[in-house]
Amino acid sequence: MSPSDPREPAVTGPAVTGPDSTGPAASVPEPTGHAAIATAVARPRGASGAALLGSELTVLFRRRRTWAMLAALAAIPVLIAIAVRLTSSPVTPGRGPAFLDRITQNGLFVAITALIVSIPLFLPLTVGVVAGDTVAGEANLGTLRYLLVAPAGRVRLLLVKYAGAAAFCVAATLTVAVSGALIGAALFPVGPVTLLSGDTIGVGESVLRSLLIAAYVTVSLLGLSAIGLFISTLTEVPVGAMAATIVLSVTAQVLDALPQLDWLHPWLFSHYWLDFADLLRQPIDWTSFGANALLQGGYILVFGALAYGRFVTKDILS
Amino acid sequence: MSPAIASVELAIETHGLTKQFGRQAAVAGIDLAVPTGSVFGFLGPNGSGKTTTIRMLLGLASATSGEISLLGRSMPGSLRSVLPRVGALVEGPAFYPFLSGTANLRRLDTADPGASAATRAARVQHALERVGLTHAAGKKVHAYSLGMKQRLGIANALLMPRELLVLDEPTNGLDPQGTREVRSLVRSLAAEGTTVFVSSHLLAEVEQMCSHVAVMRAGTLVAQGTLDELRGAGEAHARLDTPDPVAARQVLERLGLTPVTLVSAAGAPGHLSAALTAAAPAPEDIVAALVAAGVRVRGFTVAAASLEERFVALTGEGFDVAQ
Ligand SMILES: Nc1ncnc2c1ncn2[C@@H]1O[C@H](COP(=O)(O)OP(=O)(O)O)[C@@H](O)[C@H]1O
Ligand SMILES: [Mg+2]
Repeated sequence: MSPSDPREPAVTGPAVTGPDSTGPAASVPEPTGHAAIATAVARPRGASGAALLGSELTVLFRRRRTWAMLAALAAIPVLIAIAVRLTSSPVTPGRGPAFLDRITQNGLFVAITALIVSIPLFLPLTVGVVAGDTVAGEANLGTLRYLLVAPAGRVRLLLVKYAGAAAFCVAATLTVAVSGALIGAALFPVGPVTLLSGDTIGVGESVLRSLLIAAYVTVSLLGLSAIGLFISTLTEVPVGAMAATIVLSVTAQVLDALPQLDWLHPWLFSHYWLDFADLLRQPIDWTSFGANALLQGGYILVFGALAYGRFVTKDILS
Repeated sequence: MSPAIASVELAIETHGLTKQFGRQAAVAGIDLAVPTGSVFGFLGPNGSGKTTTIRMLLGLASATSGEISLLGRSMPGSLRSVLPRVGALVEGPAFYPFLSGTANLRRLDTADPGASAATRAARVQHALERVGLTHAAGKKVHAYSLGMKQRLGIANALLMPRELLVLDEPTNGLDPQGTREVRSLVRSLAAEGTTVFVSSHLLAEVEQMCSHVAVMRAGTLVAQGTLDELRGAGEAHARLDTPDPVAARQVLERLGLTPVTLVSAAGAPGHLSAALTAAAPAPEDIVAALVAAGVRVRGFTVAAASLEERFVALTGEGFDVAQ
């Protein structure tokens, strides 16, 4: 039932294999009437998961809500840049978000500062809305039953829904990064960047580093998306699933800040969220990127499996 | 293998199909047999379990117990090969309100793995034409009336050539004109060879549209057969209009009938009605006996039991909501 899983070769063929043939009637020859029609309706196979994914992305990015959230995210670096620009006194190093003091010297730091500001709340908020809406939103509209009788296939639909949420994570972090780069270039000088290791890199290289950080932040949000997907299969009330996902992301960060829970910290999906400083060294230290990717992958597996277990057996009564 | 061979003729077949919600059985062991090529009316008051049955047929809800075979294949095991051949409207239409009618149909069409992208635009266009929505195709669905959504829901069921259409209360929210259009659409689909399974709580609708009917009452199937079989199962009634009701009553009782006085709207007790059981004399002999006894007969009619009387008798609560 995965997108790559081709449909059985022929609806009426005698050697039908796969889950469809498990029914007791599978061994019964089809009536010729059905067979004739089924052949006439013979459909091209494959590329179907891609079509549904394309449609999913279209629906997601045609919603005004999605654009409103992306616009809000784009506004974050703009606000930061304008605030720094309008302040006459230089920013004291060590106060405010990391890299804030560097913005006046180099506009390229606006994007990084804005990402740091967005990670604890704004990004999880928007991702929680999208991930929490995945299944519950369709159930709430009633379109879930029509997708399933089409038949979208429950596993295929779940995978497409997760892919859509992941695409939103990419779009959200890129929005912050790109908007930050543009406003930074517009309001501040742009030039070679001095890295944390003391080395200096050119503008092109520093744009690549910014994209790398955006990728890191995107990966960071994938575990939360999987949690949101699972919660979304539990309810027909999308707002409930969104709220629960967002509350979990805040809770994880609070727990991560409690020293008494040291043992728990490496297991919290938010543990590595801000640990991308290693990407600003020469040479790049990939340790935290790897640890983060591994942790997020674990969350995707666990909550993906839970969502699968729930959704595949769920009665669709909405 | 004989049960399987028998099922070849049936587009839908269930055995002991049951759905339990907690302690309430929404559907309690029904045995549906929907012949291929029929227009099958699934009739029952609100809450009698029609939608729940349809959800189980389509694999949306799992049955608590019982078996389902759709187009000769067991469900939900063969869901992926059967459902592309089935168009459905379940519990009213549902769409993305922020998308246009066309965009909604395209979206739902991509969910069918077998629907070709190359023909999508043409198929969507054609489905919209069939339900008469071309003029509103570009409008966002949130601006649609309930009737327009209902039509769009039917259009969705017609995106691909189907062998079976399952339509749950398709005329809900439609005006009389829309109802007529749906009826003629169903007829033309049936003429093309599509089996149509249509649920309704409106008897008149089923009577005008269907060749077969099954009647649900509080989760159980109380009758099933062709429309004529169901009509024939009821007794015909003789109806007498006379200025001498007392004398008429005595004559009818002497003939072994059990007359009932019907009070007209004006309150005049001049109408009698009696069920014509198998043992009753022929209608012409009843009239002869009445006239011989000096009863003045203004009118005498024999009517087959109306389906409505039959429906009320079967479902008990008539058109009332169950529970
Ligand atoms: N999700 C549900 N949970 C509990 N009971 C339900 C649910 N859906 C339907 N029912 C009950 O099942 C019965 C049949 O409902 P339904 O199939 O919708 O009837 P119909 O479509 O004939 O109007 C009703 O008594 C209803 O209250
Ligand atoms: Mg219903």
